[in-house]
Formats: sequence, C-alpha cells, structure tokens
Amino acid sequence: MSEAAPNFEGLLREALAPVEPPEDLALRLESTLQSITEMAAEELQEWELSAMRDPRNWARPAAALMVGGGAGVALVLLRSRRRAHGSSGALSGARESAERTVRDLGRETRKLLGDR
Amino acid sequence: MDEEQQKSGNPEEKSEQQSKARLDAEFSDLYRAHLRDVYSYAYYRIGNHHDAEDLTEQTFLQAYRHFERAQRESHGRPLRPWLIRIAHNLAANLYRDRARKPATPIDESTTLIAPHTTEQLVEGREQLTRVLGGVGRLPEDRREALIMRFALGMDNREIARALGRSDGATKVLIHRAIKQLEEIVHE
Repeated sequence: MSEAAPNFEGLLREALAPVEPPEDLALRLESTLQSITEMAAEELQEWELSAMRDPRNWARPAAALMVGGGAGVALVLLRSRRRAHGSSGALSGARESAERTVRDLGRETRKLLGDR
Repeated sequence: MDEEQQKSGNPEEKSEQQSKARLDAEFSDLYRAHLRDVYSYAYYRIGNHHDAEDLTEQTFLQAYRHFERAQRESHGRPLRPWLIRIAHNLAANLYRDRARKPATPIDESTTLIAPHTTEQLVEGREQLTRVLGGVGRLPEDRREALIMRFALGMDNREIARALGRSDGATKVLIHRAIKQLEEIVHE
C-alpha cells in the first residue's frame, strides 16, 4: 500500500536511526535489582516505601520493589554473561550497591515530593 | 523424609528452581536482544535521554514481573511487540502524569534531536531535522507506528501487536503516517 517514494523512506530510516543506550544503563538496571533483592525485608520497610509504590511515579527503586524477590536470579545471569563478555563495569560489592540504592531512594523521594 | 532425600532436596522444589533458572536465562536473552530497541523507542517517543533511560528501566522491570505469563501466552511468538507495548503504556502514563503537574510540562511536539554521526549531520542535517520535526508533529499513533517501523525495523504484524490493532489497520496507519509526513516535510 505504501506508495511513498523509496528515497523518502530511506530518509526516514536515516532520521530515525536506532539509538544505542548509554553504557551504564544496563549496569544501573542490574544494580537496582540486585540491591533490592539483597536487602532484608525489615530494611525495606524502614524506608516507608508505600508512598512510592504508585505506578505513576518514576522512582527506580519502587519499580524494582514491585518486581519482587525473584529478580536477583535474572540479574545474576545478566551479570555473569556481562562478565563473560569482558565488561569492566561490575560493582565492587553488595554493600556498595546497597549504599547506592539508599542514596537513590533519598534522591528519588525528594524528587517525587518536590514534584507534588 | 529419609537422610538421602534430605540431602538431595525436595524434588518438586528442585524442579521449580530449575524452571525459574530457565525462565531467568530466557529473560536475560530477551533483555540483551532488545535493550537497544526499547531504548530507541523510548528516546524517539519521549524526546530526551534522561526520560528515555527511566522508561527503558521501567519497561524491563515491568517485563520481568510479567515475563512468565507473557511467555505462556505468546505461544512461541516473538516478545518484542509485548515489550514495546509495555514501553508504550508507560510513556502514556508519563505524559498523563506530567500533564497533571503544570510545574513540569512535557511538550507533545518536543523537537527530537537525533543522535547521528557528525558526517551524517554535516551532509544532511537540514533534511533530517525537517523529517524529525515532522515526525514530532504527527498524531501520536502515526508517530509511534513510524518509530516502530523505521527505528526498530518492526514489520506490520509486530507493530499491530504492539499497538493492539489489526494487521490491516496498521498497514493503513503506516501508509497515512508516511503520506502526512511527506506533506509536512514538503510544506
């Protein structure tokens, strides 16, 4: 059905070239999942996250919480594959990762409250 | 339970763990295969890298949450349209959410800045900018269809599944989108 000039479609293809995701995006996503699954349930409750569970919010940790406890296994797989491919971005440890999540949570909470 | 059975663990539990491990391996394949697709969709849909990153993260987190069911119901069909549909829904939520907050408006006709190479920009910058500007002026459904077709290389059937339309309606949608875009670009 499309009678558009082929060169126009070519131009469109060029204009909408695929965009490579930033290198740290995958690592950050993995890190978020990893951190959440490593935390004890009591620790999570302390942060009073119920207000952040609103799906309209854009807080990464809240989303990770909704994913639930099973995400860690997928994460381990992703990480081990990444290592196998020679990526150099591995986290230095669970503690560092958990600390980063605490900082993220604080920042995201401030952002959310500030937006309201 | 005798000692031998205790050592080897509950067979049912073991089988569940194996099934979970397989599912996770499949999810990691999906993730690696389509990270760029989801990010590209998010970028062209939203118009900036920061929100595109958030949208991509949210999409995969949601996808993981529902992966088992999606696999079960896909009957072996590719899951890319499902992933893009998640991103599509999340993007719609973002627009809705921001529309409620005047302090942080989002412009529907955001000017897209394509991340092209310097050579491409030098050679055809004006043309590409006009095309991208035109894409930004299209109605949402037409814009999305073009992003899926040209940025992600999805075929009509995949786009139809992602948009929840019939194959025929999708074909018409894409045809009209290209036609309208040509008119905008040649204005």
